[in-house]
Amino acid sequence: MRATRFHWWEAVLCLAVTLAVTLVCVCVGSVALPLRETSGILLGALRGETLESASASILLRVRLPRVLAVALIGASLSLCGASMQGLLRNPLADGSTLGVSSGASLGAAVAIVTGFTLPGLPIPGTAVMAMVFAFAALVAILSLSYALDSGLSTQTILLFGVVFSMLVTSLLSLLIAFSGEKLRSITFWTMGSLSGVGYPSVGLLLAALLLGGGVLLSQATALNAFTMGETRALHLGIPVRRVKLTVMITVSALVGVCVSVGGGIGFVGLATPHMVRFLSGPNHKRLLPYSVFGGAVFLLLCDLAARTALAPVELPIGVVTSLIGAGVFFMIYIRSRKRRRHP
Amino acid sequence: MRLAVENLRVTLGGREILGGVSCAVAEGEWWMLIGPNGAGKSTLVQAVSGAVPSEGALTLDGESLRAMRPARRARLIGVMDQRQEGVPDFTAREIVAMGRYPHRAGFLRHTDPEGETAVDRAMEATGVTAMAGQSYATLSGGERQRVLLAQALCLDPRILVLDEPGNHLDLSQLRQLFLLIDRWRQQPGRAVITVVHDLTLARAFGTHALLLSHGQTVACGAIGDVMRPEHLDAVWEMDVGEWMRACYGQWAR
Repeated sequence: MRATRFHWWEAVLCLAVTLAVTLVCVCVGSVALPLRETSGILLGALRGETLESASASILLRVRLPRVLAVALIGASLSLCGASMQGLLRNPLADGSTLGVSSGASLGAAVAIVTGFTLPGLPIPGTAVMAMVFAFAALVAILSLSYALDSGLSTQTILLFGVVFSMLVTSLLSLLIAFSGEKLRSITFWTMGSLSGVGYPSVGLLLAALLLGGGVLLSQATALNAFTMGETRALHLGIPVRRVKLTVMITVSALVGVCVSVGGGIGFVGLATPHMVRFLSGPNHKRLLPYSVFGGAVFLLLCDLAARTALAPVELPIGVVTSLIGAGVFFMIYIRSRKRRRHP
Repeated sequence: MRLAVENLRVTLGGREILGGVSCAVAEGEWWMLIGPNGAGKSTLVQAVSGAVPSEGALTLDGESLRAMRPARRARLIGVMDQRQEGVPDFTAREIVAMGRYPHRAGFLRHTDPEGETAVDRAMEATGVTAMAGQSYATLSGGERQRVLLAQALCLDPRILVLDEPGNHLDLSQLRQLFLLIDRWRQQPGRAVITVVHDLTLARAFGTHALLLSHGQTVACGAIGDVMRPEHLDAVWEMDVGEWMRACYGQWAR
């Protein structure tokens, strides 16, 4: 008999694996730090000691915040992807389906071109602009879809998200064409960049994941009913439109925060839920928590590969995730074809 | 208990599907919605369940169904329809247990002390206990139909609304299903509405009927009054009784 809920021992196991991978990612890098030294520094920092050594400074100022940000972004994007796939009953959906992440990218590009910064804020100007644009995109998409189709049908949302993303991407290309010497930094940003992430951003990501994750996990039962179609979900007493709005707004806000901190990191939200499904099964009560941990581990490993594969050159993390994501995608396609041939 | 439908209209894409249908369902009654394809039977079911927007009064004991929260509405009116938008890879038991959703209490709808027993009982009643652990996606059409019926029974509604519940069922399953629904209906505070194509079944089990044609009411009331030759023959444009006697007469001994 298959499990129908997320057991506490699974939570402990997932947490242990995630922490172990995090620790490995902290140790490995351009300057490799032995595990013993790393744990010593981390424990010291936790006890509140001030550490002066060069390795302590690399670890605590550069590597740790980055690794934490990677884990949190991976967890958030993957959870968003799993939620959207359930909500829209579409295996190709993810957090960026609504077009919010393209909106955020445009915001960041505007910030790079204009050199926008908010003095006194610990978060870079690109992140602030990305968040503002992500929110504006969310409002624009939802109000326009609502005006076109008050029932917010899946078809409308998918179609509108695609059209909106294309429009924003073309605006982004226009901006890039006139950006001159800023071209490089825009391009790098859109492929995802996590170097130079600080603790304020990590705090922001953590708060977003705790809040948004809580909301999304609370919708697991409703998402289960959605797998049978919206009409049946309604017949089962699910407040269909409220669930849709809750999930879409939460996903967009969470994706907006992630994109503003880490840039456009594709395929995590799309591919991880499909990989995690092999372990968790299709029940969202299990799939969603598994996606949180699976996304963290997947992105941590991708980031590790991005940092070490061609060292000292660092690959944009979006390139690594897309390479792996494309492979997974291909696998899904083959599987679905096989299923169609043997019904 | 009284479900009142008054002058119910449904217009989809500028086309009138239902034009002013009225009927009142009381405790203990089994209403049969009959009529040719495209008469608006399923649309009436969808309008009552709230899946399709409609105009006109729709009340249960004087309370408007449209003003109800979805969970309360599902607890009062349990609908099993024909739409199969998704075939999830959930186990049969997980599918049946979804029917307990509106009965769960608490902030996150997580507590339901009677849930497990209710699920067991519903699966037992429709004979799907043996396939509890099997994936819904691998079940046959008839098995899926019985799992969905168990899900609807789990809602434990006052009025059970079934859109062609006999689809995909073989003769003995069909007999069991109709006997089961008949027993269910006879408990206090319950009523049943079913869409059926088989007029013989409708006549054998129904207490009342609503005969629709092109979105209009042809006849409505006690089953004997509705299923008269003058109504049926006009709607189907044939001698219905003659055809039934010719077919079923084969079994005479």
